Amino acid sequence: MWNRLNLSTYAHGSRLRKFILLTGALLTATHAPAQSTPLISGGAGFLTSTSGGKTSYIPTVMPLLAAPLGSHILVEGRATLLEDLYPSGGSDSGYSHLYYDALTYMQLNYLVSSHMTIIAGEYLTPFGSYNERLTPIWISNFEDAPLSFNLGIGTGSSVGGMLRGSAVSKRNFSLDYVAYYSAASSGQNFNSRNSWGGRSSIYIPQARLEFGTSFARVFASEQTENVGLHIWWEPANTSFKLRSEYTHGTHSQGYWTEADYRLARFGGSESVTGRLEPVFRWQQAFRKSPDSSDGLPSVNTSRVDFGLDYHLPQEVRINTSYTRQLSSTSNSNIWETGIVYRFLFPAWRSK
Amino acid sequence: MKSLCKYVAFGLLGIATLPLFTQTGRAPASAASNAEANKREQASAVHPSNGERKFAQNCGRCHTPPEGFSPHISRTIVLHMRVRASLSKQDEEDILHFLNP
Repeated sequence: MWNRLNLSTYAHGSRLRKFILLTGALLTATHAPAQSTPLISGGAGFLTSTSGGKTSYIPTVMPLLAAPLGSHILVEGRATLLEDLYPSGGSDSGYSHLYYDALTYMQLNYLVSSHMTIIAGEYLTPFGSYNERLTPIWISNFEDAPLSFNLGIGTGSSVGGMLRGSAVSKRNFSLDYVAYYSAASSGQNFNSRNSWGGRSSIYIPQARLEFGTSFARVFASEQTENVGLHIWWEPANTSFKLRSEYTHGTHSQGYWTEADYRLARFGGSESVTGRLEPVFRWQQAFRKSPDSSDGLPSVNTSRVDFGLDYHLPQEVRINTSYTRQLSSTSNSNIWETGIVYRFLFPAWRSK
Repeated sequence: MKSLCKYVAFGLLGIATLPLFTQTGRAPASAASNAEANKREQASAVHPSNGERKFAQNCGRCHTPPEGFSPHISRTIVLHMRVRASLSKQDEEDILHFLNP
C-alpha cells in the first residue's frame, strides 16, 4: 500500500479542494446530451495490513470524475482520501492516525481526430502498464504496488502535455503510442519532475498478447534515463491472466510478474467457487548505486505475494494476500486483507 | 533464498496449472433458470459483436465489466476509456454500441 500511498503524501488539502471546486463547476456548467452525462466512479475500501504483529487499518476512497464538454473534450480527475490508523509503538499500546487527501490527476483531453488526443494538465505518467491501468483500488489484485513501481514514473503524475492515441487499429493487431513532456513543479498543488518520454505497445488479439516499451528521461539534479518493457497475455477462452513488467533505471532496476486465474470454470463466474480468484506475484528489485529518490529499496530485495480474491455481487470484492519479502537487511511477512466496493453512477439524474 | 524459490515454484505451478482444467472461462450454470442466459452467453462467445470483442480486448483486460449503469453515462464511460486505452474513434463507436445498443 505504501508505494502507492507515497504518491499521495506530497499532495495537500488545497489540491483536493480544487478538485471539489472544479467538480462542482463542471457539474453545473456542463450541458450534457443523452449518454454524455458526467459520471462519478471509483472505489471505496477498507484495507488492513499486518507486519511484525502490528496491524494498520486504512479506510480509503478513490473517486473519479469524468465530464464531457461537447463531443471533443473530456475533463477527468481522480482523488485519493484515506485515513491510516497504525499502532503507536513503544510503550503506547494505542493507535495513531494520519489523514491524506490528494488529487491524483486532473486532465483535459481534446480528441483531435480518430487517432490522436491532446492532453493537458496533471496526468498519470505513462510509463509501463501499472500506473495507468492497475492503480485504482477496485482494479488492482494486491494492495501493494510492485517494488519497482516508482521507477520511470517518479511521483506518479506529470504536469504538462501529452499526445496519445491509436496509430493503427486492425482486426489482427493494433498499435498505440504516447509521448509526453512534463515541467518540474515543486509546488503544493502539482508535484512533478522535468521529464519527457513515451510508450508504444502492440496488441495481437488472436494471441491475446500485448508487448510494449517505455522510455523516460528525467532532468533533475542529475539526468537519468529509464527504459521499461511490459508484456500482458490473456489466453483466449480462459480466465487466466499473465502480466509482467521490467524497468531499468540509472541506479536500479526491477521486474514483477503477476498471474491470476478466476475459477469461473467451476460452476460459472457467479457460482460460489467461480467467484474465487487466486493471484500470484513474484518480483525483484536490484540496487546498482545509491539513489534515495527513485523509490526502490536501498538493497536488493525479493518478494513473493500469494493472494486470494473473492468477487461478491454488487461490485464488492474481498482481497487477501500473504507476502514474504527477503533482503540483506531484513526479512518480513506481510498479511493484507481488504474489502473494496466499486461505484459508478451519473453525477446527476438525467431526463 | 532457497525457501523463496520454493514459494515461487509453488505459486507458479499452482497458477499455471489452473487453466489446464478448463478451456473456457465461463461455464454453463447448473440452475435451470440461468439456461437462457447461458445460451445467450455461449452464442455471444461464439459470435461476439465488434463492440463486445473490442470491449474484451481493451477494457476487459484490466477489469470486469460494470454490473450495471445508467444509459445516460454510457458515452462518458467510453470517452474515458478511449483516452485511457488509446482507442480509435471506430473502437469507441463499436464499444458504445455494445454497452448501449
